[in-house]
Amino acid sequence: MTRQDIYAGLELEPLVIDRISRATLALFAGASNDHNPIHIDLDVARDAGLEDVFVHGMLSMAYLARYLTDWVPQGQIRSMSTRFAAITPVGAQPTCQGRVVAVDGRTATVDLDVTLPDGTTTLSGAAVVELDRQKEHE
Amino acid sequence: MTTDVAAGPSHVLTPVVVVAERGKLRSFAAATGQTDPIYSDIDAARAAGHPDLPIPPTFYFSLELVRPDPFDWIAALGKDLNRVLHGEQSFEFHAMAYANEPLTLTSRIVDVESKRGGALELITKRTEVTRGSAPIATGTSVIVVRNGALV
Repeated sequence: MTRQDIYAGLELEPLVIDRISRATLALFAGASNDHNPIHIDLDVARDAGLEDVFVHGMLSMAYLARYLTDWVPQGQIRSMSTRFAAITPVGAQPTCQGRVVAVDGRTATVDLDVTLPDGTTTLSGAAVVELDRQKEHE
Repeated sequence: MTTDVAAGPSHVLTPVVVVAERGKLRSFAAATGQTDPIYSDIDAARAAGHPDLPIPPTFYFSLELVRPDPFDWIAALGKDLNRVLHGEQSFEFHAMAYANEPLTLTSRIVDVESKRGGALELITKRTEVTRGSAPIATGTSVIVVRNGALV
């Protein structure tokens, strides 16, 4: 992808994530150091008044980071921010989407979101990526 | 219970020095479906010009949790972990960092804001990640505390 290929309004190819199983949550809890039991222990979730465990917000954010590093080398990501807008239930199959909203000199700003098949937006955010070292291929 | 705002913003967590172990980064790649081999295969990482496995963007938050009791600051603010939600997260990236590099994390509570008459509180924690004197990343978390009825 060349710099000329990046323009405001460009829609990135969506990334459809595999269904998030309870096993995924257990693996992510261990791998991410987030051992908050509300994500992995049904008893704790019920004690807290919830019907079930729910997906770590940071797992969805990790999917967005993966989405970005699939697009540009990680060293070109200057910032990323997200708001956790809704809980992601276990069993969900999220989709990452992105749209370039501004290109300013050597950087591009990309709006990002994660949605569920029922239309719920679980994460919304943005990232700023550097264009300068964009690889001249793809 | 409401947070003591005077105690909040002045609250600095003890800085910690941590390393991201290769095995942990491989587990993180597997758990997040990351198939780009530079995040799990040292040879692929080196072939791409990296000295070791890169620490992926959101793993800096995971480094904040490398403490004996990573949620102690929530308890120190008088909050119940079961009543907190992660509301927002942002990162600024200053330089790449890699497996096995000692990184210093310095976190502080920078803001405590009460909403809806105290039913919700927003606690903002900022963490600076440095390698020696070099800035690596800045992470900002907004934690939502539900003081009222559970949703």
